Amino acid sequence: MSILVDSGSTFVIQGITGREAVTMARELLDYGSKLIGGVTPGRKGREVHGVPVEDTVRAFTERERVDGSIVVVPPAFAADAVHEAIEAGVKLIVVVTERIPRRQVAEFVEHAEQEGARIIGPNCLGIISPGKSRMGGIGGSADATRRAFQPGSVGVMSRSGGMTVEIANALSQAGLGISTACSIGGDAIIGSTYAELMPLFDADPETRGIAIYSEPGGRAEAALAEYMEAASSRLPVVAFMAGRFMDAMPGMRFGHAGTIVEGKEDTTAEKIERMGRAGIAVADRIEEIPALLRERMGAS
Amino acid sequence: MRFYEFEAKELLRRRGVPLPESRLARTPEEAAEAQRALDGPVVLKSQVLSGGRMKAGGVRFADTAEEARAAAEAILAIEINGQQPMGVLVEQKGDIAQEYFAAVTWDGRAKRPVIIFSDMGGIDIEEVAETHPDHVSRTHLSTLRPLSDYQAKLAVARTGVTGGDLNRLSRIVLQLARVFREYDLTLAEINPIGKLADGSILALDSHMDMEAEARGTHRALLAELGIPDEDTRQARPPTPFEVAGAQVDAQDTRGVAGNVTEFSGNLGLVIGAGGGSLTLFDAVRAAGGNPADYCEVGGNPSVRKTAALTQLIVSKPGVEKIAVMMNVVSNTRVDIMARGVIKGVIDAGFDPAEKIAIFRIPGSWEEEGFAILRRYGVEYVDRTVSMHEAAGRAVAKLASADGS
Repeated sequence: MSILVDSGSTFVIQGITGREAVTMARELLDYGSKLIGGVTPGRKGREVHGVPVEDTVRAFTERERVDGSIVVVPPAFAADAVHEAIEAGVKLIVVVTERIPRRQVAEFVEHAEQEGARIIGPNCLGIISPGKSRMGGIGGSADATRRAFQPGSVGVMSRSGGMTVEIANALSQAGLGISTACSIGGDAIIGSTYAELMPLFDADPETRGIAIYSEPGGRAEAALAEYMEAASSRLPVVAFMAGRFMDAMPGMRFGHAGTIVEGKEDTTAEKIERMGRAGIAVADRIEEIPALLRERMGAS
Repeated sequence: MRFYEFEAKELLRRRGVPLPESRLARTPEEAAEAQRALDGPVVLKSQVLSGGRMKAGGVRFADTAEEARAAAEAILAIEINGQQPMGVLVEQKGDIAQEYFAAVTWDGRAKRPVIIFSDMGGIDIEEVAETHPDHVSRTHLSTLRPLSDYQAKLAVARTGVTGGDLNRLSRIVLQLARVFREYDLTLAEINPIGKLADGSILALDSHMDMEAEARGTHRALLAELGIPDEDTRQARPPTPFEVAGAQVDAQDTRGVAGNVTEFSGNLGLVIGAGGGSLTLFDAVRAAGGNPADYCEVGGNPSVRKTAALTQLIVSKPGVEKIAVMMNVVSNTRVDIMARGVIKGVIDAGFDPAEKIAIFRIPGSWEEEGFAILRRYGVEYVDRTVSMHEAAGRAVAKLASADGS
């Protein structure tokens, strides 16, 4: 098992004829993902690496099962693409595009809630269940992806796409491996937060521990802490907190759009303290994560 | 992107929110002139992109033109949290019977906008929420359904306000929510809303932030307000070094090589991307190093762009060496990064082997990248060396170079 994507998941890429998406299509097919086609309005009839291109998402959903869509379209058209996928009945939408205005993100997230669809992102690298499938550019080429993401027992959630790969790489090197890794996105409003994905990991027998990457800004870590306390999760969680230097620089913007210290609760010191109270171990360096997890996962 | 108070009030004025009469003065003479025009007691307020104006002496009162001139002169000389005032807002002063607080902002947990209202305005709202939770209401809004009167009324009524005040206040709150939505704001706040002795209700001070990503959508508004593109409205104005970094990033659209922030240390950082940069900057400081800059490189930028950024950083006065480090990369090619940084160091007139303390970018095309680095004698490490370890080695190298 794994969460969100497995070897049977079928999906399309919206914006498949763009430069970045063409590369992604190649990498996904090489990795063994079931990419069944792509959408670019006006390009019906073409092919990208052997998969068909259609004008609309409905062209696919009307004739076959589509479990998911990866949205790789420019910011000005991204929200429209997400609404289209939701209306076409797609239930898992990975939004890679960054710099989508917050209001538009909130609109499609609310739309998805109404229709029972799940959004991952925006501003993310996607999801991978190693050895089974991946949705998004996470890991890069198929070879590089296999190197960084070995199958195993740790679930990874990260507000940074790059750091998802870095943490997965450390877990793979340590022999723990990954059940599913999810780059959840760096924006202030995202479709799925740590706390919202935790129940999925809790229900996945393959997952035995969780590693998260977090940074200043927002209340996502507080929500995770509340989940850990209220739901008595069976999973040990180890967090890494970046951007500690920002605590002393309120109002300055570094990194992702969601990363800004506006109030005390946004600081890394406050978040580390809050997570600690909920029993979440916080690593000072990435390479400490595997050992901290091992201690907590036990021998079973 | 933060607006000055007078700009925020202009947005409220366009929506018909009642405001005291005011004039913007850029000199003490203009302030005196404004007092004469307003013909009565006035309050003079520093126009800075920062809170804490009252405490810093940036808010003063005057009854005559001469007092207004003196007050403006004093205010214009006071820097608040590193911000130079761009002017003084001279505003009619009335007798205030009660103060209220109203704000519309995003609730990242609910993923919705939220109206926050209190009948205890004028002071720190977080403090009120802690000490008098029944005096602060939170009312979430849908992003899909239309804004409606009842939502504003609910927000106000929840604090116990009723009668004519309920209707007058909820009209203001509704317009505030409209401004928030129409202009893609991340915060629209009026604090305080003042009820004067004669019963009239006015917006006395306002703070508004527009989402940086939405600036392009609101070009026309920003032009009308006289805000140019290069006016970034960060917590402090950009330095020339930072402006040069932004120009490097703008030279082509492939990838990112910019988002530069200047620091005063001796170790130049060419690091990426978003999360990786935060991690590496912390790692350098934890190892006792002093970064000369923060930057973000990612998304497979061109050789030219990486070279230009590297040249800028390695040429910065006080920089002894640079460290080139990223997390394990997915879509950035290691060989292109290696070529870019080597070209940048050579273009700046330095030897890459001497100037590059360490290169730690594992990922696609790394063998090709490492071959290039070997040719120039640059020390590199692969993914078996962690980000923190690489940062530590760079700092140690600098320390030993200083010692010798």
